[in-house]
Amino acid sequence: MDGLTLFIQQIINGLRVGSVYALIALGYTMVYGIIRLINFAHGDFIMVGAYALFFTVPLMIAAGMPAWMAVFVAIIVCAITGVLVEKLAYRPVRAKGTNMSALITAIAMSLFLENLAQTLFGASPKQVKTIFDLPMIFGFSGNTFLTIAIGVVVMVGHSLFVKYTKAGQAMRAVSEDKSASKLMGINVNGIIALTFAIGSGLAAIASLMYVAQYNQVTNMMGSMLGLKAFVAAVLGGIGIIPGAMLGGLVIGIVESLSKAYIAPLTGGLITSAFSDAIVFSILIVVLLVKPAGIMGKNIGEKV
Amino acid sequence: MNQKKERLRKLWVSLLGVCVLGLAVYAADSLGWIDNYIRGIFIQCCFAIIMVTSLNLVMGYLGQIALGHAGFMAVGAYTSALVTKAIGLGIKAGAILPMSNVMQFFIGLLCGAVAAALFGLVVGIPALRLRGDYLAIITLGFGEIIRVIIQNLAFAGGKGLANGQAGQALVGILKMNDIYVIFGVTAVCVAIMLAFVRSKFGRAIIAIREDDIASSSAGLNITFYKVLTFTVSAFFAGIAGAIYAHRGLGTLQHSDFTFLKSTEYVIMVVLGGMGSMTGSVVAAIILSVIPEALRAFSQYRMLIYSVILVLMMIFRPIGLFGNYEFSLYELLRGKLTGKPPRSGRSAAKGGA
Repeated sequence: MDGLTLFIQQIINGLRVGSVYALIALGYTMVYGIIRLINFAHGDFIMVGAYALFFTVPLMIAAGMPAWMAVFVAIIVCAITGVLVEKLAYRPVRAKGTNMSALITAIAMSLFLENLAQTLFGASPKQVKTIFDLPMIFGFSGNTFLTIAIGVVVMVGHSLFVKYTKAGQAMRAVSEDKSASKLMGINVNGIIALTFAIGSGLAAIASLMYVAQYNQVTNMMGSMLGLKAFVAAVLGGIGIIPGAMLGGLVIGIVESLSKAYIAPLTGGLITSAFSDAIVFSILIVVLLVKPAGIMGKNIGEKV
Repeated sequence: MNQKKERLRKLWVSLLGVCVLGLAVYAADSLGWIDNYIRGIFIQCCFAIIMVTSLNLVMGYLGQIALGHAGFMAVGAYTSALVTKAIGLGIKAGAILPMSNVMQFFIGLLCGAVAAALFGLVVGIPALRLRGDYLAIITLGFGEIIRVIIQNLAFAGGKGLANGQAGQALVGILKMNDIYVIFGVTAVCVAIMLAFVRSKFGRAIIAIREDDIASSSAGLNITFYKVLTFTVSAFFAGIAGAIYAHRGLGTLQHSDFTFLKSTEYVIMVVLGGMGSMTGSVVAAIILSVIPEALRAFSQYRMLIYSVILVLMMIFRPIGLFGNYEFSLYELLRGKLTGKPPRSGRSAAKGGA
């Protein structure tokens, strides 16, 4: 295989991983934009969605329906989980706590979901049945293109929703100024719950894309995936929706290229085993050079 | 009362408290209560105490969340283990004069602590430009980077040093499970950290936590104090790591120092009370002993922790102890003279 084919292959692989990251990053960024909270539990919503798929895919196949229809069940399960987490944990803490206690609550919820899944389903990985059975296209599995396509469609749909629907406008208003939107008659808590529901629903779609590729579910799968998606959200500018998409794709491509090229470029000193470290180094560089992210604006602090 | 005199008295009472605790350990030992199992739990409590109190410096006193503390522990653990290994090899080859295990352990411990402090400095200088959520995330990033690098270092795996292999557990580490040595190290560490937060530096740090802009305009060099706290905290995390590495199993794995480990210590700090050293000590002991005491419970440990943590954040966000410090001196003073004990930060602390 010549160098160019390899390169294009890596880019396409990167886009595939990147579109998964982008969907997860959207969830992070929406929640951060609206309540200024890093929702550590967001990565674990993917795990919840993946378990929902694990249980409903066989049911769908038994009922004679296409396996991917299970994603609708996963979206509902994830949305309910997201809203419950918001209502039961984040809202009471937000009512009286500081930023720090909100962040600790988010970490606690993440641990809770991971360990609840472990208690319920065990720690060993579960195999999910094949969801899409597609032919190879140009030497890539059809899954790859389908994943990218789903990612693009969902991202475009999401942008249109936020831009043009009433709920989307309310969402943007709440993230701009909570008390002013309350005065304008917006149900702020309702909009926050809606944001969590949509963010978690996106995580469910991401879990479909992930599971279709790797066919595996574990209780810890959301942890690293979530962290990397978070890096993507920060890279694009947290709180900014197009930024999350851009960041996700960039992280996906960087990860896939670094896996392929870093060892020969550095003479074997840095191997592909470092790819997680490379993603985090990107985060560190971004935070130090331009903390507001690629698409963010620097806002001075009021004294 | 003369303030200097009172301070001296407090010191004596605290020393007395430590000695009583030490005697209690000695008594338990001579009664034959301490078998290898108890010894293991005891050592676990000790390094947890140092980890939690040192993390409390950053979380409670500086008021910032650090999610990469296990990374500094890893640096301390691996450095000290490799140093004691090198000394062992040197003695075998006749290059170094023979010395006792305790001496080797202390050299390793110091090297580990200094290495961790250096990492703390290197991480702290860029990271502490940020704060709040962003600082939490960047420390998490650094913690993971440290772990991934250790995982890929040839000399930090397998048999270590020259004939090492990347990605493996480091084996054949010196065993140092003398409870008196560990107890002494822990007591000294906690005492130094207490002295640190009561010193001029500690007061400056608390001022920065309360209002950094005001403290900066009062002439405090904010960056200096933040980096200092971070470095001191990393130093002690390195000591805890050294104890961990030599705890008697003889092996060290990079997977011992994941993000999850860091959050476990964060949980202990939060439960004990951010800004209370005694709270940290108590939380570290309780949360290290409970999973051992209730074997059946250990499966649900993290599940229950996380629920408690959320409830704590809703109903008592400052933690069990808040910023209350237990003080043997104040307790005795109250009992002996009938004066009401003074609560709050001015109180001294007895025992470790």
